[in-house]
Amino acid sequence: MRPIHPWPLRLMHWLNALAIVTLIGSGWQIYNAAPLFPFSFPEAITIGQWLGGAVAWHLAAIWLLVLNGVSYLIWGTVSGHFRRKLAPPGPRAIWADLLAALRFRLPHEHGRYNAVQRALYLAVIALGVLAVLSGLAVWKPVQLWWLSDLFGGFRASRYVHFFAMAGIVGFLAVHLALVALVPRVLWPMIAGGRDQGAVR
Amino acid sequence: MSRELERRALLGRALAFGAAGLLTGCDYDNLQHPDLADRFLRAMSSWNDRVQAALFNPHTLAPTFPASAITRPPRFNAYYDRDQVRVVDGASWKLELSGLVAERRAWTLADLRAAPQQSQITRLVCVEGWRVIGQWGGVPLGWFLRRIGADTRARYVSFRCADGYYSSIDMASALQPQTILALDFLGKPLTPAFGFPLRLRIPTKLGFKNPKSLVALGVTNVYPGGYWEDQGYNWFSGS
Repeated sequence: MRPIHPWPLRLMHWLNALAIVTLIGSGWQIYNAAPLFPFSFPEAITIGQWLGGAVAWHLAAIWLLVLNGVSYLIWGTVSGHFRRKLAPPGPRAIWADLLAALRFRLPHEHGRYNAVQRALYLAVIALGVLAVLSGLAVWKPVQLWWLSDLFGGFRASRYVHFFAMAGIVGFLAVHLALVALVPRVLWPMIAGGRDQGAVR
Repeated sequence: MSRELERRALLGRALAFGAAGLLTGCDYDNLQHPDLADRFLRAMSSWNDRVQAALFNPHTLAPTFPASAITRPPRFNAYYDRDQVRVVDGASWKLELSGLVAERRAWTLADLRAAPQQSQITRLVCVEGWRVIGQWGGVPLGWFLRRIGADTRARYVSFRCADGYYSSIDMASALQPQTILALDFLGKPLTPAFGFPLRLRIPTKLGFKNPKSLVALGVTNVYPGGYWEDQGYNWFSGS
């Protein structure tokens, strides 16, 4: 029997979780040094303790995120994972599944992603790519001036980077809320689980 | 001394609360005993230095801006408040030279004023995330290094300041044509708050790599570090 989540996916999922949490926490500390909006992130939920520490964590964790992310994109393509599990859903399918989900009438089927899940997973992958590209534009506005220009300059790149982060945080909120609602999905992401078809 | 030893630990300040939980009992404040997280971050920062050196293109120019884009009023920044700015006496001031240079004669303000000048309107990006646009004028560092017979194959150019600040840059960035020893800011001689009488203006690096009120310049192959770099800021900090 196939596992619900094959081991490369599980490994990459948790490495990604480590990278994302480190990047968001250190990113909030960096943001606090020159806030874009009239608020700062509470120190207790930031990583790095001061700007130098936060930048060091941020520029270390980015390597894990990018290497792991590229591995995921290659693996997902070669293994057929994207084709089997993440076929882009049409708007009608998303709408139908969203309504069902909000009425708590959308069954969770181990190993199969419904239209809303697929839409959210594809969106967060796109947001991850956007966060990396806008981050590069903030990091190297001279050497990668064309990338900086693409986002509208250094300052605009900072805003794009911020909103990409905000989108990822929004995804995480939904992602974690759903795990809390359906906790039996957690163990297969750790141990693999057994794909036994639809489970109600 | 090796660069790793020179570069001081990121110390406790650099620790994420997550990693800190795993590392209790380590002496964060002892330079000689950096903990696991410090070693990891320093190794990654060194790696990022190498990546940035490889990414640095000596022919890529920092963007320039029209005079209308200049940030007014200019933004003061230092490791101390503005009321603590030290005032340098321009008449007795000299730029001391050391290290791998053929002519170590110190330079006066008049010497520097007599050298070729270059003016630029460029963007200064701070590591904190803000940016300002200003106009700086002065002597191209590449011209200056050749004029003093510096070994331009050396790895580092180091700077010491009247206020105790210090920093250093890689030779490739030092020779980039927009890197200047600035005498003027916004069309007038530098004021004390903005680095009188001489500052480094290097638009291909972050703001803290633009030391003010220089008193000494050195050319060396021994990693010189810097005020913030020794506390954990990435050394190359290219823009």
